[in-house]
Amino acid sequence: MAVLLMAEINDGALSMDATAKAVAAVSSLGDVHVLAVGAKAADAANEAATIDGVAKVLVAEDARYGHRLAEPTAALVAKLAEGYDHIVAPATTDAKNILPRVAALLDVMVLTDVTNVVDADTFERPIYAGNAMQTVKSKDAKKVLTIRTSTFDAAGTGGSASVETVDAADDPAVSEWVEDKLAESDRPELTSAGIVVSGGRGVGSEENFAVVEKLADKLGAAVGASRAAVDSGFAPNDWQVGQTGKVVAPDLYIAVGISGAIQHLAGMKDSKVIVAINKDEEAPIFQVADYGLVGDLFEVVPELTEKV
Amino acid sequence: MKVLVPVKRVIDYNVKVRVKSDGTGVDLANVKMSMNPFDEIAVEEAIRLKEAGKAEEVIAVSIGVKQAQETLRTALAMGADRAILIVAADDVHQDIEPLAVAKLLKGVIDAEEPGLVIAGKQAIDNDLNATGQMLAALTGWAQATNANTLDIDGDHAVVAREVDGGLQTIKVKMPAIVTTDLRLNEPRYASLPNIMKAKKKPLEEKTPEDYGVDVSPRLEVVKTAEPPERAAGEMVPDVDTLVAKLKEKGVV
Repeated sequence: MAVLLMAEINDGALSMDATAKAVAAVSSLGDVHVLAVGAKAADAANEAATIDGVAKVLVAEDARYGHRLAEPTAALVAKLAEGYDHIVAPATTDAKNILPRVAALLDVMVLTDVTNVVDADTFERPIYAGNAMQTVKSKDAKKVLTIRTSTFDAAGTGGSASVETVDAADDPAVSEWVEDKLAESDRPELTSAGIVVSGGRGVGSEENFAVVEKLADKLGAAVGASRAAVDSGFAPNDWQVGQTGKVVAPDLYIAVGISGAIQHLAGMKDSKVIVAINKDEEAPIFQVADYGLVGDLFEVVPELTEKV
Repeated sequence: MKVLVPVKRVIDYNVKVRVKSDGTGVDLANVKMSMNPFDEIAVEEAIRLKEAGKAEEVIAVSIGVKQAQETLRTALAMGADRAILIVAADDVHQDIEPLAVAKLLKGVIDAEEPGLVIAGKQAIDNDLNATGQMLAALTGWAQATNANTLDIDGDHAVVAREVDGGLQTIKVKMPAIVTTDLRLNEPRYASLPNIMKAKKKPLEEKTPEDYGVDVSPRLEVVKTAEPPERAAGEMVPDVDTLVAKLKEKGVV
């Protein structure tokens, strides 16, 4: 049986990284049919058709899918689910909004943030902020999954799958989009960046975050933040790394002024190399760091920015 | 308008989790339990709606073991008006899956007819982030997940949602399901007089059979394991050493 995989599309553009990683995660389960849904989705569909392992792309273009509101999008996915045993998407905020709704429409459970596909019925996922890894076997006829992309390498490209148009589904018409306030940034995307520099409560203020940002810009890195920094208004919510924020696994993660609450560690402990800079030598972040440096971040970070 | 707030009893977020040696799950015996932090935010938001004159009654619901009474008393002490406990498990280690929880909540909704459900976006135990969306599917209602702000505008709710790129504002027709993100509000602490008063507020006990819902799990836990440990790192004395180490690793 084939797998139906909802591509991550923002404003008509395919998120290749998230989508190709999800494809790689599930390609052992069968042919992957990618669903490209949006007000504009044709370009994204053609791009998704090049991902290795994709057998077919379904494209549903309609104004009602413009902002990927959960109700119309879930109705479409549930309607298309008939021919599939697995319904999958990368675990973005979009998919986390939509796929549990799809699962309930199909009267099956959902498995979110899957980190390993053991077999067609068995999946591994973190629980308790990643303090335990649970392997579960689903008894449901259909499996609805979101994939934690940070644990998979992206599938390659070079394929040329066929692209078919599918009809829109009935729109429950109970919600409407009002506005987006999205950060404009030239920096790499947090979840796919090779280097992430994150600041915590120790940074002290929104203005002081410039210290963190300068280091990030020198390294061509994305900027992240701990929950404490976001709650204190030092950084915007979309920078939050952790259990309920974004999960990242870059080659290098530099934690600046972050104490290392378990909820934060849940979002970054799979990074390949972790550097911690903190004035408190007892900070728990040092227990997961490959390299720890005890010192005043306002001296250490500018010096690092200069020398790196 | 009635506001329904589902609350879950979970391991306290400050407690270090230990995996049971037989691999069947996480040890919850004699561990401090609290209300799921996202649900506290949901209770707070519902109470604020009542205080602002936009809701008449706040009903807290919990589904799980009998001890979830304590969690409901906390919600009542914060300011909820009454509570419903659906006793669906005898063993604290038995987690009722979001699909079954959503079916039971649907039963409560059919009986109570609330105008709004405010739920936590995820429980910090199973981290599934699913119940609100599933309940929205079963009721056919609109959903506004990851709420950063919530405003009631006539028969619509306007919600700014925390999404990957920033904030997305949507307007949903009520009745609707809203799930809370961290920045929606800062929950109050219950005062001692309110804790005393909460003991006298009504708490009704129900069973899944009352709603005709089968709560048997769809997922079988094969094993639960500790996450892989990271190898011990080293402390470096200064920036020069750090830069040298990072260059050696080839990451800068």
